[in-house]
Amino acid sequence: MTELNYLTANYTLRSWFFTTDHKRIAILYFASLTLFFFIGGAGATAMRIELATPQADLVSDDIYNRLFTMHGIIMVWFFLIPSIPNTLGNFIAPLMIGARDLAFPRLNLLSWYIFMLGGSVTLFAILAGGIDTGWTFYTPFSTLYSNSYVMVAAAGVFIAGFSSILTGLNFIVTIHRLRAPGLTWYRLPLFLWSLYATSVILVLATPVLAITLVLIAVERCFGVGFFDPRIGGDPLLFQHLFWFYSHPAVYIMILPGMGVINELISCFSRKQVFGYKFVAWASLAIAALGFLVWGHHMFVTGQSLVASLVFSFMSFVVAVPSAIKVFNWTATLHKGSLRFDAPMLYALAFIGLFTIGGLTGLFLACLAFDVHATDTYFVVAHFHYIMVGGMVTAYFGGLHYWWPKITGRLYSEYWARTAAVLIFFGFNLTFFPQFILGAEGMPRRYHVYPPEFQLWNVLSSGGATILAAAYLLPLFYLGYSVFFGARASANPWDAPGLEWQTSSPPPEHNFDIQPVVTRAPYQYSRNFEAEPQNA
Amino acid sequence: MRDLPAVAPQFASVGHRDETAELGMWVFIATEVLLFGGLLLAYFVYRHAYPQGFATGSRHTEIVIGTANTAILLTSSFLVAWAVEMFSAETRKLTAWLLAAAICLGLAFIALKGIEYHGEYEEHLVPGIDFEFKGDLANGVQLFFIFYFIATAIHALHMIIGIGLLAALALLCRNAPSSRHRAALHSAALYWHFVDIVWIFLFALIYLPGRSSS
Repeated sequence: MTELNYLTANYTLRSWFFTTDHKRIAILYFASLTLFFFIGGAGATAMRIELATPQADLVSDDIYNRLFTMHGIIMVWFFLIPSIPNTLGNFIAPLMIGARDLAFPRLNLLSWYIFMLGGSVTLFAILAGGIDTGWTFYTPFSTLYSNSYVMVAAAGVFIAGFSSILTGLNFIVTIHRLRAPGLTWYRLPLFLWSLYATSVILVLATPVLAITLVLIAVERCFGVGFFDPRIGGDPLLFQHLFWFYSHPAVYIMILPGMGVINELISCFSRKQVFGYKFVAWASLAIAALGFLVWGHHMFVTGQSLVASLVFSFMSFVVAVPSAIKVFNWTATLHKGSLRFDAPMLYALAFIGLFTIGGLTGLFLACLAFDVHATDTYFVVAHFHYIMVGGMVTAYFGGLHYWWPKITGRLYSEYWARTAAVLIFFGFNLTFFPQFILGAEGMPRRYHVYPPEFQLWNVLSSGGATILAAAYLLPLFYLGYSVFFGARASANPWDAPGLEWQTSSPPPEHNFDIQPVVTRAPYQYSRNFEAEPQNA
Repeated sequence: MRDLPAVAPQFASVGHRDETAELGMWVFIATEVLLFGGLLLAYFVYRHAYPQGFATGSRHTEIVIGTANTAILLTSSFLVAWAVEMFSAETRKLTAWLLAAAICLGLAFIALKGIEYHGEYEEHLVPGIDFEFKGDLANGVQLFFIFYFIATAIHALHMIIGIGLLAALALLCRNAPSSRHRAALHSAALYWHFVDIVWIFLFALIYLPGRSSS
């Protein structure tokens, strides 16, 4: 290939670190997020090793507190929230709408630098001694009692929040203003609908977290604040403000994953997404309703019973649009000509894991059961099914699906499928036992436990080993493909989206001629046209 | 005024670019609303819990300075809006002067705010440093002043950023005039108006409770 693309147009370090090309910025994010993913994963691994026996063999209680806090903070703010929007979204979204870049390319680069600054500050907090508050920074522990690096970590999260806001802003404006001629809202790929919904949450929820962290800082620095019960302040107010951000943040994590799954399911069953408009509006409904359910994190805090009942009801309501999506994916699969390539395996794994996570979410939305399960492993298992089983699986699926577009190379289909199956198996073995542990009453955040819980913990730790190995696999075969993989054609999946109409990897400005859209998305030919390259 | 027709490749035209920039500022203002929204929520929670304390705390604020600052900010907003209206090849000097006047009013606001802070410091009303207020209402008054200081400090920080933006635009309008700055001026003006609106809310919440009854 002699033609220049975004990777070969320039080779200097400067051309990478001062680039305004959304594709290169996506690669920068990809590299840093991979790093954070494995740092957070290392914390999880250490915890699972510790929990293999009922006694404290590996770490002390204090170190254990710092471990799960580090795992939570890194994974939530420095992997799950930015993962799909900032890597896949950054790379694919402008291609999907036929634009040459995001609306604000320099702001996009600035977001990455802010993100790295926040990440560095947080890593510094961890290396300097860590924090033991849990990722939720609950007051008054975080403001009065904890002797750890709360301020530094909070500053890191605060800074990273700006990156989130700017990214969300950029996507909203880009999707509004830069769509190719003919690309109406109802012709927009569903990935973009979900990215749009995600961005709305990023823009409207993140500042509330920011002001909450400022209030914590004031309280810790000056010894007075809103959440200090000694002067009549209310620690519950902190939880309200915190969860007003952090519950919608769960949808920041899962909505882009759902968007990716739409693309995958549709492509590998060669069918239009069933009920396109319902799926599209379900994204926005989830975003909107997601703002009204934060109180279900606070059922046992002493908030009023009426509030609990309302939040319980609203939590059931938010399950409706999520269920719409699952039903519509299964309806899309129905009578499709399915092909089980690696991305499809991830997509199917997602549907299974997300369904389990979602249904157990209904258990927890139920007030009476939640009182029983609060702060047990049942909750841990539930949100890992959504965030890891859902989000991370979707991220891997999307990564495999667009990998030929991003790198211009094909990866080993055999190893990719192996990794997908191993992830599914390892994940379930890790987290399903935790539902049982939680139902039997094992609390979260404990590093010692009664011996009768050991069997399920050993199973979970064994599953975690498989899962860790499976997450490492792509590092090797995807890394290998970058240098030695076969060249990918412009459209290896025979897909109709705009992103597949430019070369792989795309040229610097994405399209040589402005594409014009004349039909609805997902107009797949009934079968894959040629014998696929990846087989 | 030079016109540079070349726009970044993702835009179709100059108008397209400028409208896009303005939409970006509107979305940014949405995040700012939520930022102050979190603070206002805290205010309402505690005003509901400690109505007497908040009324008493409010009576200890300098309503003359607060009112003067409200007038100053509204005037500056008017000047900025006028500057935007006057932005054209013929009247760019006027634009620059109007912006300069708005900046002066912004600085006056900050200065008055400083005087106000100093007064409260002398009266031992700064929580965390030397707060002294005896009696049953101490908790409510202290929570009021925590809100007062955090909210006004964040607002002042926004003012300082806004003054920086207006100063940069005033210099650009004077020294390197170009219609390229139109969108930037529009966006900065939106931001300035937003900061003023926040002040209107803060004014009502900080200075007025407890003053209607004698």
